[in-house]
Amino acid sequence: MERTIYRTIKATPGIWGMAALLAAFIAAAGLSVLLIEEEGHIITGMNNQIVWGLPHVFAIFLIVAASGVLNVASISSVFNKKAYKPMARFSALLAMTVLLGGLAVLVLDLGRPDRLIIAMTKYNFTSIFAWNMLLYNGFFAIVGFYLTVQMTKGLSHKVHKAAGVAAFTWRLILTTGTGSIFGWLVARPGYDAAIMAPLFIAMSFAFGLALFIVVTLTLFKLDGRIFGDKLMERMGSLLGVFAAAVLYFTIVQHLTAMYAQEHAGIERFILRDGGIYTTLFWLVQVVLGGVVPMALVFLRPSRQSTILASILVIIGGLAQLYVIVVGGQAYPLEIFPGYEVLEGFNEGMVNAYSPSIYELALGLGGVALALLAAGVGAKILRVLPTNLSDANYPD
Amino acid sequence: MSNRAEMTRRDILKSGAAVATLTLAPGVTLMAFGGSDAKAAAADAGKRWGLLIDANKCDSNCSDCVTACKTENGWGNDGGAHSTPETESAWIRKVTLKDKNTGREVSAPVMCQHCESPPCVDVCPTGASMQRVDGIVLVDKHICIGCRYCMMACPFKARSFVHSDVPEQSVNAPRGKGVVESCTLCVHRVDKGRIPACVEACENAGHSAILFGDLKDPESPISKALKQYPSIALRADLELDPGVRYQNL
Repeated sequence: MERTIYRTIKATPGIWGMAALLAAFIAAAGLSVLLIEEEGHIITGMNNQIVWGLPHVFAIFLIVAASGVLNVASISSVFNKKAYKPMARFSALLAMTVLLGGLAVLVLDLGRPDRLIIAMTKYNFTSIFAWNMLLYNGFFAIVGFYLTVQMTKGLSHKVHKAAGVAAFTWRLILTTGTGSIFGWLVARPGYDAAIMAPLFIAMSFAFGLALFIVVTLTLFKLDGRIFGDKLMERMGSLLGVFAAAVLYFTIVQHLTAMYAQEHAGIERFILRDGGIYTTLFWLVQVVLGGVVPMALVFLRPSRQSTILASILVIIGGLAQLYVIVVGGQAYPLEIFPGYEVLEGFNEGMVNAYSPSIYELALGLGGVALALLAAGVGAKILRVLPTNLSDANYPD
Repeated sequence: MSNRAEMTRRDILKSGAAVATLTLAPGVTLMAFGGSDAKAAAADAGKRWGLLIDANKCDSNCSDCVTACKTENGWGNDGGAHSTPETESAWIRKVTLKDKNTGREVSAPVMCQHCESPPCVDVCPTGASMQRVDGIVLVDKHICIGCRYCMMACPFKARSFVHSDVPEQSVNAPRGKGVVESCTLCVHRVDKGRIPACVEACENAGHSAILFGDLKDPESPISKALKQYPSIALRADLELDPGVRYQNL
């Protein structure tokens, strides 16, 4: 096997074009944020019933995916799979930029984003949100160190391994924290379940790998580098396993909830009567985002199958988070058990939500920020291998 | 800080600045408000304030408690071109309920339940959601970042996020776009020995469906009523021990 050579990407017209496109999305997001700041959240589709909307779907998708993106590096340094080693540097870089994009969306959607310094300096340690802020900052520090270790010549295998194990452990804790944002909400029947933590970890494995495949392949294509078919197939089958894990935890989540009579209402809502949420759940999350990708990579393994499966897993993931975040709030809170509400304020009825263009722009801007930052990183740091040809890895 | 004697010079200055700011520039800024530190100065750990709401006495056609709360605390007129009932604040709301089994209809107001173990306080990342030693649950509007996690956590939909500018504020309750707010149990009145505006309005309307008092004082009318008659807490299954209790519901 040849020694892996890392090179920065060239400033091709394709790369410039992509950067300009991403910058346009970021600008649109910036404009949306200014408008929301000026007018208030009144111009968004969010309200006092659906308090978290589309920006949170994008933000949580990116935060969950970020730790999954790091898996490629973990597979090489923690689990000693040599084929993944050349991708480890970019995996660490992309993990950080994807987290950055997610956090940007989360922060810019705050009612008072100007008070970010308060969130950084005043911690309420009974809040999983506050813990998450420490976990996010820690992720940047540990993964940044891990990337530095990988790019420093002459360090022993032991140092690599130690940094890799630390980063892998941290990412597991981080996603546990993200899942627990919902898992620890006792008031709402759609959440309040310990399985949210492992479910989110499985989701991060799948979304992160899918995102890594799409982004890396795009950069390789724009820069004219080779990404071997066999390696693509291999990553595709791993993605299939991760998609299966998400489906498994989703099934357990709903079966457990259905067994408890108190959760029968929300289950009927999501699985049968919820309109858009039911459609998103079955059609987009389960079929397009789970079953179809698995069928593609296991029944017809190929380069194209892996690419299509990756795109579908990303779409399914966004749908899954929409169902969890918005669907969980759309279902009414049961404040007066045993009573029918004759008059009240949005009591006992499904809460409506239609996202505004501003929320969509903010969410997509976060994605664009993550990708542009990764591209800039690959332009100035030697994180991408010159080729990922199958010839490098004889079976 | 548990009583007024312990107020520091800084607190007094902050309170002064608060009054000055509101007088000079109502609706312009919230930055200089004395806020919860000054309010908490009056809290007495020996008390726990609560409400007892008698659904039998509550008239389904009356909403004087809601009107009084709006007037007292200056919410409900945020308006604006994009405003909808779903984006408006609702510190207190009236509900009319029908028992699914018996068909009996009752009416009652719902507001922040001032839980002993408030989920909104647990989840707040900055500590803006806070509980005074006398049990009143408040939002410190200085350090609320507007994340709305407390609204996700509240089982009673008691909290509102301010979606637009608030042109007409009340001196009793500073409000601000982009932060969360809820019933303060009229803390500004309670600290002066008065009863909350909703309780007063209900009395004036001749219903007296809301009883306010100290749950820790066994001799208070609210404690005696709770001891004498059955009452319930909303979402009692969550064991949050709300300070607001309901009779005949």
